[in-house]
This record gives sequence, structure tokens and C-alpha cells, in this order.
Amino acid sequence: MWSRQRGRLKPLCCGVEELRCRRREREAALRKARREQQLVSKRLLRDEALEEAEEGCVAMIFGEAEIQQFLRLAQRGTEEKEREGALVSLRRGLQRPETQQTFIRLEGSIRTLVGLLTSNQALLQLEAARCLHELSHSEQSAVVEACLPATSYLLTYLSGHSSDFIELCLYTLGNLIVESEAVRRQLLPQGIVPALAACIQSPHLTVLEALGYALSQLLQAKEAPEKIIPSASTDSSVLGSTLPQHMLQLLQPGPKLNLGVAVEFAWCLHYIICSQVNNALLITQGALSTLGLLLLDLAGAVQRTEDAGLELLACPVFRCLSNLLTEAAAEAVGGQLQLRDERVVAALFILLQFLLQKQPSLLPEGLWLLNNLTANSPSFCTSLLSLDLIEPLLHLLSVSNVVSVLVLTVLCNVAEKGPAYCQRLWPGPLLSSLLDTLAFSDTEVVGQSLELLQLLFLYQPGAAQAFLQQSGLQALQRHEEVAQLQDRVHALQQTALHG
Amino acid sequence: MQLPPALHARLAGAPGSAEPLPVERDPAARTAPFRFAPRPVRFPREHDFFEEGDVQRHLYLQDVLTQVGGAPERPRVPEFTCQVAGCCQVFDALEDYEHHYHTLHRNVCSFCKRAFPSGHLLDTHILEWHDSLFQILAERQDMYQCLVEGCTEKFRTSRDRKEHLVMRHLYPVDFRFDKPRKSRGPVMPGAAEQVLAEAPGDDGVPSEVDAMEVCSEHVEPPPAPAGERRAYSHREMELVSFSCPRTVAQNLA
Repeated sequence: MWSRQRGRLKPLCCGVEELRCRRREREAALRKARREQQLVSKRLLRDEALEEAEEGCVAMIFGEAEIQQFLRLAQRGTEEKEREGALVSLRRGLQRPETQQTFIRLEGSIRTLVGLLTSNQALLQLEAARCLHELSHSEQSAVVEACLPATSYLLTYLSGHSSDFIELCLYTLGNLIVESEAVRRQLLPQGIVPALAACIQSPHLTVLEALGYALSQLLQAKEAPEKIIPSASTDSSVLGSTLPQHMLQLLQPGPKLNLGVAVEFAWCLHYIICSQVNNALLITQGALSTLGLLLLDLAGAVQRTEDAGLELLACPVFRCLSNLLTEAAAEAVGGQLQLRDERVVAALFILLQFLLQKQPSLLPEGLWLLNNLTANSPSFCTSLLSLDLIEPLLHLLSVSNVVSVLVLTVLCNVAEKGPAYCQRLWPGPLLSSLLDTLAFSDTEVVGQSLELLQLLFLYQPGAAQAFLQQSGLQALQRHEEVAQLQDRVHALQQTALHG
Repeated sequence: MQLPPALHARLAGAPGSAEPLPVERDPAARTAPFRFAPRPVRFPREHDFFEEGDVQRHLYLQDVLTQVGGAPERPRVPEFTCQVAGCCQVFDALEDYEHHYHTLHRNVCSFCKRAFPSGHLLDTHILEWHDSLFQILAERQDMYQCLVEGCTEKFRTSRDRKEHLVMRHLYPVDFRFDKPRKSRGPVMPGAAEQVLAEAPGDDGVPSEVDAMEVCSEHVEPPPAPAGERRAYSHREMELVSFSCPRTVAQNLA
């Protein structure tokens, strides 16, 4: 059963068209950032404009005197409600960068805040934590780094039991983690990895999702492949901790699987795996098996529900599986049922269909997995044929060049295994699809089509003949002068004409 | 993209697959100018192939994070009182009560009624403050365990441990959950090296700082019985108070 916990949706106050436009802008900004390898910046995580648009009551800017007043009241007020109220006001004010700046420059302010954070007054603690959270969100390094004296306490509280409080500490830590390598250089020796490893045993979904987020930020750090992931490092090692095993457990399909939580940990796994530090270890811990079962479960979920967001989980699962399949260790466990189970192929196609409707830009990732599954596997190539999946595959040929190249590559994976396979590719729509792709101008698409044609001519009697009859030679002609294609075009022309 | 109707049934069916067709390659297949060879592909972290998916991921994160941090709307319930003996805190929201309970009543030392943020710190506290066997063993071997989870270092004195926490783990020098036992007994002649009085506040902030130590504000810790005090007083002289905490703290901040 897939349960999605999202109880905090703010009411929409801008029109749908405006939202769409906003979203396109945000996408463009993110794409630019990724190309500059800046995708992990704090600024991008918090979408300023969206927030301002939704801000019902504008936070006030407080001056020194007012801040001091709030702090004094919070610390020494006689009435509990009064103390709490003072902190709430302060917290609201801290949403403004101006107030943040004033706050951190005030002597003793952080010290007092940390004092309140570690006090015995539970509600004051919570509000103090929220104040810290606001500061941790800031784009100004000075403001974020002012939170550093609190980190040892935030980490200590992760071993507590109050789920709301822990969740808040985790999101705050997540923001701090993203800030800079300097901040992480403090958090790592303070034991953030063992603290997370202990906290991941929490039964609370909100805590787990927050933890997954914080961990994913840690794993995405530039220095992660050298300093955070490998088990050779001492206390700061993710692979050396129990985190991977717990992550895999949280990704196991079943009634307890929660989408929000699974998304975070799937991304964590992806960052670990694509860093290529010790994937063999993950395989021995059952990563392939778990992810394979998760893929099946995802495909089932996609059929049952309109739930937004399943593609958010599909993407990292595709990536993890695809990369793991390239490991030598994967072949060793290839005997495991999951890797020969044709339900995996069925699941993948159901997901491809889903992506085609929902998020076509993610199709290449699914097809990448299909390539890695079929490349060296007669079993999966046979499944493609026996489950009648060639035609659906051909339908994807018009989506984009990248997609077309991948589709043709998968078809080549099948065809290169010999006559028994080519026989099953023939007759059918394959030839006319190939003639269509030969009309593309993209060199890579055409090149891959030529490779497939060669395999068909070689293994399937009558293929060359049929090709000629359908004006194949003319289709080839337009590429005769293209450098990367010439040789292959000529070779095919010869084969078609002279056998 | 039409999928064969039997596919969904296949997904729901039993694991397994059909017998693979026989593989029979002709060496002519990979001869120049043709170069296709099937191979699984691997992409490293920063590869452009991941751009789309990464962008979608971050769009999602932006949405999530703009919703975090504000105090969520709590369903209000009729006021109720904390049921723990001696506590008269009143609540009108269950989540507030949950946090109160976990902060004040969950990890409480049954000897001195101090409350701790976690079971781990509580266990350490009981061991070091209330376990007579610990004191005896500590005379011969390193018994003070590092407070950071995952670090297995042990130390001869709580002062050594504090130094380790500061130097190795970058903890603040005035970490509030590592208070040494306060001295109750008279100064013993020739006792420990350090006889620094514990300042009322580390940097001029009055004893509010000490008051912030996690301990129940409703129940005073009972004074140690005289007999106990005599037996442990020489241990209690291991006061740890840094005379210039502000400078160190500023350096760490």
C-alpha cells in the first residue's frame, strides 16, 4: 500500500497559468545551475519568489532593541505563554534577512538561542529550533554559519524521541549541510553519520523523510566520494555504517512502504552508487534484489493510482539498477531470480508507458535500464520478444533523438544474438520503422539504424530483399556524403544489391 | 504506446521467464565498418545524461522545503494536564505534549531526577554519577566513554574526555550534557590538579546558563547523603572549568 504523507500543502493564491510559468522559470534556472555544477546551492533549494507570493502576513523587520527584548522575555519571562510568544515573534521576524543580520550581530544572541534550545522547557525548545531553522535557510553564509554552535546539540537531539523536534533538527541540519564544505568539516567529526545511523531506526515517517533529505544532501556534496562515502574513512563513513542496510530496508516493497520516504532514500542510494566507491558491498547487501522488487512494485502502483510523484521514485531506481548492473559483482549474483525474472521487463515497459504520458523527459533513463538489462542477457532479449514488446518499443521512436538512439540500441542488443532472435523480429513493423529513422537527420540515430540493418541483413534471409522493395536504397542515398555514415552506407548498399 | 493486454497479467504473475532462444553469432557481424557491440553503460555523478532527472528532483525539493519550517496547524483538543507525578503542565495539543513528555519525563534519572535528551546520555550519566562500581573501576582503567555515538574511545577522567570532545569532535567547550559532578564535599588536601571554581556564568551571562542544564524544574535533585559524599568527594574535585571559554567558543563558532 502506498501512502503519501503531505499534510502541509499551503493554499494556492496564484492562478494555474502563473504557476506553470513560474515552474518553467524554475526549471530553466535549475537546468542552468546543473550545467554549471551548482545544483546543490542553498539558494536553489529555497524558492524565494514562490514564498513571497504566498506570504499572507509579511514578516516585520526587527531592530536590535526589539530582538533583545524578545530574547530577554523568552529567557526570563515569568509566564510561560509570554516566553513562548516572544520566541514566536522572534521567529517570524527572522524570516526577513535584515532581521537575521541584526540578530547574528547582536552579542550573545546565538548563545541565548542555544541556551533556549537546550532548556528544559519543551515548547521553548521547539520555538528556538524553529528560529535556528529560519537562520539555516539564509542565503548569507554569515547567517548560516552563526548556527554552528548549535550543531552538537542538533545531533544530540537526533537520538531523542520527540518526532516533531527531531524532524525540525534534521531539516535544519540538511540546510547547514548544503551551505559549504567548511560546515560539513565541522559536522563530520561531530558524528553526523553515526547520529543519522542511529536516528534512521525511528518509526516515524516524517522523521525518516527528513533524514533521507539531510542524508541525500550530504551524499551529494562534492567531496562525498572521497570523504563521506568510503568505508576507509573513520567516523564519517556512510558505507562503513549501518545506513545502507537500513536504507535498503526502507525501500523494500510492502504495506509499510511510504513514497516520500522511499524517494529520499532512493536518491541517497543513487548518489552512493554513481560515486562508484564500493558498489560490490551494496550488491552483497541485496541492493539489486531489493531494487528489482521495488521496480515491480512501482509498476503495480502506477497502474492503480493517479498518484503524482511516482516518477520521482522511478528515476533514482532506474539509475541505481542501471549502474549496479555494470558491476562485475552483479554478474556473480546473476543467478538470483530477480535478474532473470521477466516481470522486470514487464514492469519496465509499464513504467515507460507511464513516463511517456507523465514525464517524457525521463524516458532515456528507463531505456538506459532496458539497455543494461538486455545487453548481455539472452534471457531478457527473449522476454522482449515473447512478451510482444517490440512494437511498443517502436512507438517510442518518434519522441526524441536521444530516445530513438536508445530504442535502436536495445533492438540491436536483441538482433545481434543471432538468427533465432532476428527471426522473431521479422516481419512486422520493424522495417517500416527503420525506413522512417533513416529519414532522420541526426547522425547518431541514422548510424544506429545502419547497425541494426546490417544485423538484420546478416541473420534474416529476405530482409535485404524486402528493404530493396520498400525503396531502401533511396533512403540510404541521402547519407552517402556524411562522414560518420559513409562507410556503413556503402557496405549496406553492396549487401542489399549483391547479397 | 499500446502495451499488450497480457503484460499486466504477467506482472502480477509468478516470477520466472521463458527459456532463452539460442544465441548464434556470425563473426561477420562486428567487422568494420560496423562496430556495434552490446554493452551495459555506466554514468558517473556529474554526467549530462542525468540533467533532466536532477532538475525534476530539485523542483520537487523546492516544493517540499517551502512547506517545512513553519509551525504547522495543530488540531486543538480540550486542555489536559501531564499525568506524571509532580508535573502540572497543561496542554491543548497532542504534539506539544509529546515533545514535553519526551523532553522532561522520558529519559529521567531515577536517582537525581535529571532529564536527558536521549537514552544514551541517560545511561552514561547513571553510570558515571550513580554507579559505585564505575568509580572503583575508574581508578584502574579508562572508563569515561566518548559521548559521540559511534566513537569508542574511553578516557581516564571526565576532563580527558572533554578535551577529546573538543579537539577531536569539535564540540563546544561548554557542551551542556557533559557537566561534571558538582562538588558538594570539602576540598581534600592534595586532591586533583585543577581547583578552578566553576564560574557563575561562562562569559558574564548570569547563572541562567547553569539553569539551562537539562534538569527537571519541578523536582529538586535530592542532596547526596553524607556517607556518599565522603566516599566520592575526592572524585568530585575533578572540576572542569575553562577560564577563558569565550575565546575558545568564538574560535569554534
